Amino acid sequence: MTSRATLIQIEGVSKWFGDFQVLRNVNLQVAERERIVICGPSGSGKSTLIRCINRLEEHQEGRIVFAGRELGPDATDLAQVRREIGMVFQEFNLFPHLTVLENCMLGPTRVLGMTAAEARDRALEFLNRVRIPEQAGKHPGQLSGGQQQRAAIARSLCMQPRVMLFDEPTSALDPVMIKEVLDVMNDLAESGMTMIVVTHEMGFARTVADRVAFMDEGSIVECLPPKQFFSNPSDERTKLFLSQILSH
Amino acid sequence: MIPGRNRARLGWIDAAVLTAALAAVAYVVYRVDSVLEYRWDWSVIPHFLYRWDDEAQRWIPNLLMRGFFTTIRLALLSLIPAALFGAVFGVMRTAGRLLPRLLSRTYVELIRNIPPLVFIFIFYFFISSQIMPLLGVEDLVRGASPARLRSLELVFGPASLIPNVISGVICLAMFQGAYMTEIVRAGIQSIPGTQTEAGLSIGLSRWQLWRRVILPQAIRRVIPPLAGQFITLVKDSSILSLISIQELSFLAMETAVSTTRVFEVWITVAGLYFCLCYFLSLAFDRLEKRAAMART
Repeated sequence: MTSRATLIQIEGVSKWFGDFQVLRNVNLQVAERERIVICGPSGSGKSTLIRCINRLEEHQEGRIVFAGRELGPDATDLAQVRREIGMVFQEFNLFPHLTVLENCMLGPTRVLGMTAAEARDRALEFLNRVRIPEQAGKHPGQLSGGQQQRAAIARSLCMQPRVMLFDEPTSALDPVMIKEVLDVMNDLAESGMTMIVVTHEMGFARTVADRVAFMDEGSIVECLPPKQFFSNPSDERTKLFLSQILSH
Repeated sequence: MIPGRNRARLGWIDAAVLTAALAAVAYVVYRVDSVLEYRWDWSVIPHFLYRWDDEAQRWIPNLLMRGFFTTIRLALLSLIPAALFGAVFGVMRTAGRLLPRLLSRTYVELIRNIPPLVFIFIFYFFISSQIMPLLGVEDLVRGASPARLRSLELVFGPASLIPNVISGVICLAMFQGAYMTEIVRAGIQSIPGTQTEAGLSIGLSRWQLWRRVILPQAIRRVIPPLAGQFITLVKDSSILSLISIQELSFLAMETAVSTTRVFEVWITVAGLYFCLCYFLSLAFDRLEKRAAMART
């Protein structure tokens, strides 16, 4: 792991919502091509942490450095950083007034300045990769949840980001659809994409992750390779969480 | 319940209500006819709609139809600036910064909390004494070439009334714009913040986010209430009669006074307003259905 360049560096990051501290002195380094799964009980700050990485949330203390650029209030740099960071949301958040194809083309044409033809080719390529090329002409409302989430993944991939953030991508789906989405995420991991995934899917963590981070009350309790994490966690809170989540 | 049973059928309650309503109407007609001893005379009305012009050797619209056309002109002409005010102030009301929010809030509250009539009396004084000279409308009309005058008349009506019509348009647009502002604001705020997050995540700028994601969705949602507001605009144009804008109600008042056929004139005018507004609401219904069909 040390041979790879660091892509994201999170140092001593804290954040408050009013009086409530959501993040407490979080430290995390993500290397290129690394796959990290973040788990933990709800309200532990997992989503807030990854939302800080593309600055949908602003942290108040500490530093977040993406590819050598520190995220701060400097807005011009921000759009540049965001186009290099893909984000997949729990609720998909596709643009309902556009077709799936147009959803995928919007970023490449408007942000990357591609022609419509180039953007269309790229969009179709990624819709193929997420296995819904036949849905290209439909509107998001006509798709199943699993299809929508895969369309959302394709929309992010069309920007050819350097890292993909997933914020509980399967939590709004039923089991069959969860599998469709996890299959796509597996493919993506095999292709060498850097990924940070907030999820409760421990099977995915076990097979795909390089490291699993456990968060509780706003801090990363431990961050270990999956083998160690599942068989020999050191912290009591991790043990308790695992016993709860793995028992069913 | 059996499906299809509760379609357009009249139950006995409906029948009773209908009978009562018809009886009430019949009673009013009876009272007017016998007790008031009002002598109906509709014969003057057609003349005030259209009259034969001996000089031009053709039928030309008389007072009532001229007013009707002016009302349509006022409505159509003020729709554009009203929608513009609504769009600009509506976007400003959802702004993050204080100043635009403050300005648009002031505009909306000021107008919504003053009766339209009072607003128009005050505002008209300002328009006629300040804005019209500033725009130089009178000079423009006086100095216009015949060709340009013709095109001006096509848009604004008879040349002598152009300043009059423009004042009316500004008044109407100002106070209808405030209501449209609120509709636009509601439309924008109905688009969830997650759309903004998704747009920012793919690197869209603030402007692109507005142009490509928020506004297209917001506009679709506000078209039905905006159409309703437009019909209200048509009806509300009648209060412009009080500042001597020569639209339907103003000329109806003149006609009623000069002919003394008060009921006949106002019933005719009511019919004209009704036809116009009902036609508009049918047209908008149609548009809405077509838009809904295009979406699925």
